[in-house]
Amino acid sequence: MGIVIFDGVAYGMLLFLIAVGLSITMGLMNFVNLAHGSFAMVGGYAASLLMSRYGVSFFPALAAAFVAAALIGAVLEFVFYRRLYKAHPLDQVLLSIGIVFVSIAVFTYFFGPTMQPFQLPPLLDGRVSLGGLEVGRYRLFLIVCGVLVLAVLLLGIGKTRYGAMVRAAVDNQRVAAGTGIHVQRLFFLTFSLGCGLAGLGGALSLGMLGLEPSFPLKYLVYFLIVVCVGGAGTITGPFIAALLVGVVDMAGKYYWPEAGAFLIYVVMIVMLLLRPNGIVPRKGIA
Amino acid sequence: MKMTKRTTLATLALAALTTLGAFGAHAADEPLRIGLIGTYSGPYADYGRQFDAGVALYLKEHGGKIAGRTVEVIKKDTAGPAPDAAKRIAQELVVRDKVNILTGLDFSPNAYAVSAIATQAKIPTIVMNASSSAITSSSPYVARLSFTVQQVSDPMARWMIRNGIKESYVVVADYASGTDSFTAFKKAFEEGGGKILGELRTPMNNPDFSAYVQRLKDAKPQSVFFFFPSGVMPPAFLKVWKERGMDEAGIKLFATGEATDDSYLDATGDVALGLVTSHHYSYAHPSPKNQKFVKDFVAQFGTSMRPSYFAVTAYDAMAAIDLALAKTKGDVSGDKVMDALKGLAFESPRGPIEIDPVTRDIVQTVYIRKTEKVDGKLVNVEFDKFDKVKDPAKEAAK
Repeated sequence: MGIVIFDGVAYGMLLFLIAVGLSITMGLMNFVNLAHGSFAMVGGYAASLLMSRYGVSFFPALAAAFVAAALIGAVLEFVFYRRLYKAHPLDQVLLSIGIVFVSIAVFTYFFGPTMQPFQLPPLLDGRVSLGGLEVGRYRLFLIVCGVLVLAVLLLGIGKTRYGAMVRAAVDNQRVAAGTGIHVQRLFFLTFSLGCGLAGLGGALSLGMLGLEPSFPLKYLVYFLIVVCVGGAGTITGPFIAALLVGVVDMAGKYYWPEAGAFLIYVVMIVMLLLRPNGIVPRKGIA
Repeated sequence: MKMTKRTTLATLALAALTTLGAFGAHAADEPLRIGLIGTYSGPYADYGRQFDAGVALYLKEHGGKIAGRTVEVIKKDTAGPAPDAAKRIAQELVVRDKVNILTGLDFSPNAYAVSAIATQAKIPTIVMNASSSAITSSSPYVARLSFTVQQVSDPMARWMIRNGIKESYVVVADYASGTDSFTAFKKAFEEGGGKILGELRTPMNNPDFSAYVQRLKDAKPQSVFFFFPSGVMPPAFLKVWKERGMDEAGIKLFATGEATDDSYLDATGDVALGLVTSHHYSYAHPSPKNQKFVKDFVAQFGTSMRPSYFAVTAYDAMAAIDLALAKTKGDVSGDKVMDALKGLAFESPRGPIEIDPVTRDIVQTVYIRKTEKVDGKLVNVEFDKFDKVKDPAKEAAK
């Protein structure tokens, strides 16, 4: 029982790490960005290539993954995304799903269709005893990372000047702009931050999910579930939703393997019926 | 000799005439057109790459000719399992491109869709991978050179029984081939007196296997057998298997060769070490024929890509067409070629293979291999084998 919950939490943390950036961009800019998984893939490839080809160790590679995904995100925001902030959601979907397909083709062209190699660093390999439970070190690391990112984001959005500007822009863009907040620049920075977080999540997922060019489509549904159930535009919402999805998925597969894989969709439907605006409805990031 | 404008013109005209003449003389010698239906884009693009490599290698070794005719390979992309697209493409190949032979076919649904066209058009169709048992029964114009899922699952069960394993838990991916593998394994294992403790079916897009592996660990079976399609699933499963310390818990792990597909083995990494699998081809197969095949492959395509069972089957498909056309003396009519293919036996890089004269399915050696590190590289080292294995599903139906 304990180990199942622990695994579920670790898996949920991974989903949270990748999806939280999507929640920020979706909530702040009302942009339906289906290409979020592509930024996670950028981070994953950056980390994997640095480690396998240039012998960089895991932790600097994680930082590089964040930077690489944030940079690519910044470029794409500047070139494409900012033109469609006011557009119809369908146009945004069209642009972002297009970016997904282009990214798949580009990564296949440069790095081949096969999976990227990855070896966990010895520090994270194996198990460690934790309160009577034999838990995987890598999974424990995922949980630590998830909690850290949650804390940093909550502090950053709740306590800093930048955070106050983001909250203002989420509540009402026009008034925020009227008070002298440079909304365009704010969006640019926040979008890059969201992409960077996706990249970090993508790099952290290397130990669990296989990384290949179809990554952004394959796991898209999981990211969307987390954001929809949690509530777009919030940080605690996706956090709770990711934990819920992780634990339910894990427990379902463990106790009821014949139907377990289906259980998270049932949870999604029930949650959306109970709380159509998400677990933490959007009204300011909290 | 002093070349004037006139002499130059005259030589050109003469040259043109002779080439025309040459054309005229060989008007009957049209190229042999082969339609290759595979996956060249999307997540399974590696399949198409491997097909191409195998075909190109055979043609290069034989001066680009089969049965004395130049070969024109027309490649078409289905972008994955897409029976509708495969059927349409096959129609186009037959009607517009006038192909003599259809081949490729990596996914079983595609192969079933194409077999209908093969029957209508009486076009010999050679399956290079699709491994669902009934494909060859679906049309008299289909022959297979790859394998069936049952053909590689059944020997694993028999080998386990032979080596004192009495109980096993089975994990398969929840799709048609997973069910095929489970059925064949269960039948052979129970016939040998073994006991199946349980069965787990995992969804195809499963991100994390820890719940399943934990369940296996708590069930404490003597052994676990798994079947996943090659790609990201086996490494994800093996990672969790190692992390959970299943080996230390004394649970033995077995699989079919998809788990250690040579295309993915490098990326899978050390978690695959020691895994015992059953399959029909390992690029480390020690025969001289295979050593030459691998050497030529590396010379042609470099070391970034390993020849996998896809490349070998593509190579063999070309060899089979060559041998069959030699028998028919170049006649490419559907019935003659199919007759020639029946009972065809030759040496492949994977070992001796044969096309069953009755079922048109492959008969081959299935090897039991262990993943080891040789010269710093992970390879499947063959250490036991089952000779002349026929498709068990068809044998059972007899």
